[in-house]
Amino acid sequence: MAWLNAFLSSTIGQKVVVALTGLFLCTFLVVHMVGNLQLIWGTADKFNLYTYAMTHNKVIKVVSYLTYASIVLHAVMAIWVNRRNAGARPVGYAKKGTNSTWSSRNMVFLGVVILVYIVVHLYNFWFQLKFGEVGTVVIEGKHVKDLYPVVINAFQIPWLVALYVVSMAALSFHLIHGFQSGFQTVGVSHHKYTPFIKQLGIWVFGVLIPLGFAAVPIAVMILKDPIPIP
Amino acid sequence: MALNTSLDAHIPEGPLQQKWTQYRSTLPLVSPNNKRRIDVIVVGTGLAGASAAASLSELGYNVKAFCYQDSPRRAHSIAAQGGINAAKNYQNDGDSTYRLFYDTIKGGDYRSREANVYRLAEVSAAIIDQCVAQGVPFAREYGGLLANRSFGGVQVKRTFYARGQTGQQLLLGAYQALSKEIAGGGVKMYNRHEMLDVVLIDGVARGIIARDLVTGEIQRHGAHAVVLATGGYGNVFYLSTNAMGCNVTAAWKAFKRGAYFGNPCFTQIHPTCMPVKGEHQSKLTLMSESLRNDGRVWVPKTVEDAKAIVAGSIKAEELPEERRDYYLERMYPAFGNLVPRDVASRAAKLVCDEGRGVNESSQAVFLDFATAIQRDGEDAIRARYGNLFDMYERINATNPYKSPMKIYPAVHYTMGGLWVDYNLMTTVPGLFAIGEANFSDHGANRLGASALMQGLADGYFVLPYTIGTFLSGEIRTPRIDTNHAAFGEVEAQVKGRIDKFFSVGGNQSVESLHRKLGKIMWEYCGMARNAEGLQKAIGLIADLKEEFWNDVYVPGKAGDFNPELEKAGRVADFIELGDLMVRDALNRNESCGGHFREEYQQDGEALRDDNGYSYVAAWAFAGESQAPELNKENLVFEYEKPKTRSYA
Amino acid sequence: MDNPYRMKLNLKVWRQHGPQDKGGFQTYALDDVSPDSSFLEMLDLLNEQLVSKREEPVAFDHDCREGICGMCSLYINGHPHGPEQTTTCQLHMRSFSDGETITIEPWRAKAFPIIKDLTVDRSAFERIIQAGGYISVNTGQAVDGNAIPVPKDDAEDAFNAATCIGCGACVAACKNASAMLFVGAKVSHLGLLPQGRPEAAKRAQAMVRQMDAEGFGSCTNTGACSAECPKEIPQSVIGMLNREYLLSTTLSEEG
Repeated sequence: MAWLNAFLSSTIGQKVVVALTGLFLCTFLVVHMVGNLQLIWGTADKFNLYTYAMTHNKVIKVVSYLTYASIVLHAVMAIWVNRRNAGARPVGYAKKGTNSTWSSRNMVFLGVVILVYIVVHLYNFWFQLKFGEVGTVVIEGKHVKDLYPVVINAFQIPWLVALYVVSMAALSFHLIHGFQSGFQTVGVSHHKYTPFIKQLGIWVFGVLIPLGFAAVPIAVMILKDPIPIP
Repeated sequence: MALNTSLDAHIPEGPLQQKWTQYRSTLPLVSPNNKRRIDVIVVGTGLAGASAAASLSELGYNVKAFCYQDSPRRAHSIAAQGGINAAKNYQNDGDSTYRLFYDTIKGGDYRSREANVYRLAEVSAAIIDQCVAQGVPFAREYGGLLANRSFGGVQVKRTFYARGQTGQQLLLGAYQALSKEIAGGGVKMYNRHEMLDVVLIDGVARGIIARDLVTGEIQRHGAHAVVLATGGYGNVFYLSTNAMGCNVTAAWKAFKRGAYFGNPCFTQIHPTCMPVKGEHQSKLTLMSESLRNDGRVWVPKTVEDAKAIVAGSIKAEELPEERRDYYLERMYPAFGNLVPRDVASRAAKLVCDEGRGVNESSQAVFLDFATAIQRDGEDAIRARYGNLFDMYERINATNPYKSPMKIYPAVHYTMGGLWVDYNLMTTVPGLFAIGEANFSDHGANRLGASALMQGLADGYFVLPYTIGTFLSGEIRTPRIDTNHAAFGEVEAQVKGRIDKFFSVGGNQSVESLHRKLGKIMWEYCGMARNAEGLQKAIGLIADLKEEFWNDVYVPGKAGDFNPELEKAGRVADFIELGDLMVRDALNRNESCGGHFREEYQQDGEALRDDNGYSYVAAWAFAGESQAPELNKENLVFEYEKPKTRSYA
Repeated sequence: MDNPYRMKLNLKVWRQHGPQDKGGFQTYALDDVSPDSSFLEMLDLLNEQLVSKREEPVAFDHDCREGICGMCSLYINGHPHGPEQTTTCQLHMRSFSDGETITIEPWRAKAFPIIKDLTVDRSAFERIIQAGGYISVNTGQAVDGNAIPVPKDDAEDAFNAATCIGCGACVAACKNASAMLFVGAKVSHLGLLPQGRPEAAKRAQAMVRQMDAEGFGSCTNTGACSAECPKEIPQSVIGMLNREYLLSTTLSEEG
């Protein structure tokens, strides 16, 4: 296994870990997005069933552990790479010009914003669902935790909505660079396909998905009234 | 005081076509286990040096290689643009080894050695094979096979190229081969080291004294043989297309230790360079000869139109066809714009001297692509020469796709160099010279795309064999001891000279003295020379030498990274070389190739004197402030009898 | 031809006597600069002035002065080789304005230690090439040049990668001081040609190992290197390097 060790300690190997975990997390975002839209277009029941499925489905469970692992690996490896890269230029320039996009230079910063957001987000909902005092409803014969009002009520708080929107902006910039960068790092670079990947990264992952996520709290705040919890 | 006996070039017997193959099979060999015990120093890592160092190491010799740059890859071969010739006949246009030989002999105005030139043509094909195998990305046709283009002085397409960066790609190939050998331990590489003298023990070259340019340390390096691949000396003119660091020091020290200098006055003035402008200009930039495949050279027919163009009242591209003089096409209809370099340069000078030049100093002609762009489209021209056009635009801030380029001849290459025999050994046993550093293959004028060919031929396919003739006798010589008194003596001289530079403490920078030398050389020993001017130059150079040693100022310290000190050493040697060049030019009472003596011409064409000057002038050092001694190697033409060169 | 117009400039130049010296900026005023002169000719002028004042001239690397040897460096006003996408020797003073202050720094990277003033030691690049940046073919072993046809597009792509001059601007430009463009260029040049395939896996492994050992950072795909590369080496060479490295790690027996 010396080869694996060598690979994981190489600059390219470490970046590949960041890229693969990042790209995996992109697929997770798509799935998560579909669920979230239930809040706007679906009913309370549908949403609660969705959260039930997210916590009980075996496949989803496995995937969710993979997701947590990916987040941790992605962050730890990225920070490690960043430390190593900082050491490659011990003395900086007095006058620095720019020659690249802002997001590409600030991936770690954007990542940290997203990480803080993930912690807040998990505390708000996932933690409540697992350990908080959330009521139970019966839907289609199943005892399901009634997360729906928790969400609706949370998104009545303006600063929380603002945090979500700002975080999604960070996600947008993170993905505009990160999606295509991930493909480049794993060596998918081709005269024909790379331009397509770049557009996909910008418009779907950089714009559509973060907009979708940001739309939910905004829409809830504007459209839905708070639900009194019994 | 010429000696009457001809120098022996050790040319093997037999018919021209078989000399090399027969000789190669009978050369004495050094067995593999003996090679391991033999050290060879290679100075310079351009095409010749890098290829030789790599090939010698592959054979098993211990090689020490030196270059003054921070990497072997930066040697000035890198800047060669147009291409490399090889008699492959891939184009089925009637090329052959013999035809390449013939073109080169004729192009050199019958002042080169038949046997060497034939050998060069013979090994040319193998060079292409070797380079392709190394990964040199030559231009290719859609079928995946190698492409060729045409170059000056020939009527076939035999030039292989990699866009306008052929020298770069070939050098990277040789550099990579060298890197492979460095990694394998066969070559020990010394970057940022400059050879300052050669050490002889009992008359045999046994090492060098080098300066570590970073620390200033003076080092002794011993070896069984020393190979100089140190390039040409065009920088004697101050302004040339050479790199800033190109210098004659290694060759000059060899000369002063007993190696003869062959045909020092044979200088190539390249016809297509960007014209001089501004007094702070440090170098001239070449525009590849390949441009003459599609570009048409012209000046206005009248002085009035030329003046109007300079003044800006007429735009060059708007001057009607009938008022233009496409003088190369007019004077040389058979070869047109693709006449050899010396011919094209002289013609440019001729029309400019008439006042028809197209810049303020009347030292520029047009190279016009309008016809080619109209015929093939701008995209096709961009694909062929894009990088050259970009470079032109960057330097001159005018768009050559829209208005014609301005060009003028500039010093580019030196055919002269250390005299070597057929084995590429100088008159000092154990001291070899390859590539542009020797005088051997190009006679009085080099054809385009032949420098790369010669450098690689010498390094890959000639020297690795012929050095065996000397080294086979060295298998009992133990490793050279650098504590030998001879090393101490030369080292002391080198150090003494460095101290002397600092002790002058005058008022002039090395650069300004170099500029003065350049002016003298260009004025009196440039594109056209005459006895009166050359006589005058001898005096001017002597004065300049005195001025240098009385008024130079070298800042900094010896034991330090000190580029000014490096330059001082080089310029001091250039001044001495300048004297030798002028004397050689004065001695040669004829015009041939790049050497044009105004007294010897017929209707503006060079007038050669085959009875008087069909020889290589090999000069020997006769002591400081002594006139050098002339030796001759008579040139015998068995296969191609000299005739008047005609490209009309 | 010579433009009679002359510029005045303020030069803020990094001076450092040797590798151990701390170093710092020195400011020089320079006038009588022709806009037609190259950046290095402008520095020549400065040095002539310094020499005439018995001061030590600024040490900087340069040689061919036609944009191909890769010897010149200089980080000018925040950009390697200055504001134009070319080499410093091909940069002309007309790219600056009269009275401008120009900040001139050496390449900054752990793997490129400073020798003196603006001169840095780029021998790390040498060792990377020595690790595997070649095709192992000895002189005389080659088959006929036309024995193996190479698709024109592959030859063109290989050429575009091979056009790298090894100047180190990519490292200087990269916020991580990464050498991936340099290494990618060589791995792509040789890997795109059939002659280079037999050693492709070994080459990628060895060159990356050496690149890491030299202390260069990793590539975070900012694209700054290509944006500043005087030879416009594209990002695709880094993609190819990543691919070759990943495949050689996972699929080949190498590594």
